[in-house]
Amino acid sequence: MAGIFDKVKDTLNSYRTPGYFKKLDHKWTMVVDLDMCNGCGACVAGCYAENNLPVVGKEDCGKSRAFSWLRIERYVDGEYPDVKVKFIPVMCQHCMKAPCEIGCPVYATYHNQDGLNVQVYNRCVGTFTCATYCTYDVRRFNWFSYKWPKPLDQQLNPDVTVREMGVMEKCTFCIQRITAAKDKAKDEGRGVKDGEVLPACCQSCPTNALVFGDLQDPESRVAKMVNNPRKYRLLEELNTDPSVIYLKRVMNDGKSEE
Amino acid sequence: MANQKSSVGIRGMEIKTLPKHDQSHISYREINEDILRFMTQTGPGYYIVLGALFLLTILLYALPWAYQIYTGQGVTGLNVPVFWGVYLVNFVFWVGVAHAGTLISAMLYITETPWRRAIARGAETMTLFALVIVTFFVFIHMGRPWNFYWSFPYPNTRQLWTSFQSPLMFDVFAIGTYFTSSVIFLYFGMIPDLASLRQSSTGWRKSLYRVMSLGWRGTDRQWHMHGKACMFFSSFIMPLVVSVHSIVSWDFALSVVPGYSKTVFAPYFVTGALLSGFAGVLLMLTVIRWFFPIMKKYVTAYHFDRIGIIILVLSLTWSYCTLMEVVTGLYANTSQELEHLKFKLLTPPYSYLFVLMIFSNTLVPLSLMIRKIRSCEIGMFFICIFVLIGMWLERYLIVPNSLSRKFLPWMWHDYFPSWVEVSITVGAVCFFIFMFMAFIKIFPVVSLFEVKEDAGIPMKKGH
Repeated sequence: MAGIFDKVKDTLNSYRTPGYFKKLDHKWTMVVDLDMCNGCGACVAGCYAENNLPVVGKEDCGKSRAFSWLRIERYVDGEYPDVKVKFIPVMCQHCMKAPCEIGCPVYATYHNQDGLNVQVYNRCVGTFTCATYCTYDVRRFNWFSYKWPKPLDQQLNPDVTVREMGVMEKCTFCIQRITAAKDKAKDEGRGVKDGEVLPACCQSCPTNALVFGDLQDPESRVAKMVNNPRKYRLLEELNTDPSVIYLKRVMNDGKSEE
Repeated sequence: MANQKSSVGIRGMEIKTLPKHDQSHISYREINEDILRFMTQTGPGYYIVLGALFLLTILLYALPWAYQIYTGQGVTGLNVPVFWGVYLVNFVFWVGVAHAGTLISAMLYITETPWRRAIARGAETMTLFALVIVTFFVFIHMGRPWNFYWSFPYPNTRQLWTSFQSPLMFDVFAIGTYFTSSVIFLYFGMIPDLASLRQSSTGWRKSLYRVMSLGWRGTDRQWHMHGKACMFFSSFIMPLVVSVHSIVSWDFALSVVPGYSKTVFAPYFVTGALLSGFAGVLLMLTVIRWFFPIMKKYVTAYHFDRIGIIILVLSLTWSYCTLMEVVTGLYANTSQELEHLKFKLLTPPYSYLFVLMIFSNTLVPLSLMIRKIRSCEIGMFFICIFVLIGMWLERYLIVPNSLSRKFLPWMWHDYFPSWVEVSITVGAVCFFIFMFMAFIKIFPVVSLFEVKEDAGIPMKKGH
């Protein structure tokens, strides 16, 4: 009898934890070293160019409908003479326990085998639930069908979809580059090397504050950087288990700040 | 005995209620004729109002929605942190309005509460049409409404099953179940009435009622089966009173957003739903009594008195839940919760809205403790209006307001509805009244056979 129960229990448990969640192929991670970041915004511009983000103009920006998948948040502390400015680049954190994923009724957003939180534009019906549940406000919605003015439509990236009206979108960690690198590695019969995948923001960062890599590869740069004592994750107390790791900024007075 | 002043005692305290209206003097024939006259004798004013409502529905509801579908959700006032706006507020509000019908038709049926009989059909009709509005608001709210069927689980070429962990998926099932069972229950209860109307009507009505009464002849066996079916559906629907709005509240409570993520939400929303639902039913009864004096015979001050007591109890429960919602937030004492409470309670204009909400949902219904106000038609009319406004504000203060102050202060942004959202909100009310007015002229809004039960068996009274 006991044997049968154990067998049933094992079977049920195997349904509870799908195989892919036990072992991911990769665990793509980004490390943001705030000590190196000078807030220039090159990553934002690079993201706009790579991912075909529409530029919405002054009026819609005022309505908080700007499309930046990656933004640099600026916080000013204190009054004029004794003022401190802090800034932090925030993009989709690719949470391992993402609040957005439980919200979607049609699996438009889900976790894939690379540890990425992916958004499938074609499945999206636009219920806004993912964006409402998102704790980092990184999701962007196509309020209209955006058009690119005449010469600019020539600069659209052919590897990335131009999204239609009514779908949600967000930072993908430049999944098109990840796929290309994986394909190349597969053709050559090897694994993806560290540094082979370079998202647009990391590529355009002049100070190398953004580092991207596979956390499962013990030799990768990110795997070495995460042992840094300055390490923290954004809103970690919400237990979303984000894949983006920040390294605290060390200020002039020797204090480290988030 | 029953005509004497009935009183319920709790620990020696006597709650004085109005004497039950004696309807035993109304004969069966009179009931039939009254209702048929109500349905067929329609003045020109009625058609003018109906036509005006239809025009308003087109102008304020259909055309702005078409404009929104064509242009995109950008025509609304939604922005990046506030993705759920007035459409979701209306969605929750109308689900709430639908709730009283279920409570009256199911719970009060099972407990055999006598005063439900004359008003049950009207309340059920309200449930049905409120749910139609709810369904439309789901579609209006979506970014790509033409793909709405993707959220139904059916074998499809996309080879994709729906996500059952999503609270929105719960909603699809909750509201689907609610809608289906409401339609069936309404229709089942109507069959004997359609049969008796079939006898006395002419023309297209006769053909319609003949087909829809499914060969009802009023035999013993048929009545027996009918009673069994009604009891079955009542028992089936009864859990829905609690479950549907709990599930709607989980749309919010299952997130981690400050202001949404509260365990009190399920009972809070259910109480609020019943409060607004009963206010809606009472408002509907008042208006019907004004415009069709014939109905005064069936819907009496006794009903007002009874529903008044229910509204009072629900209002007190609701006030307790509201207090608990605020206290839970304070007790959590996280910076996000405090920021949310500060925004909701202390920042104008929302603080004024909050005060107005407390005034109309807690203070105004307190006047229902006085029996004279409970049985006063005009007084009840205004109380209902206040409660409905207050309940709408409650949802507004929860849905878009919590999103305005989420976690990262850089993204904080206020929300103000655009003209499209306001217009569709008003248009939905017109659409609802239009459907309701058309319905009560085609189908009996007072349950004939149940009112006849009230009137008693004529033989015994010596008719």
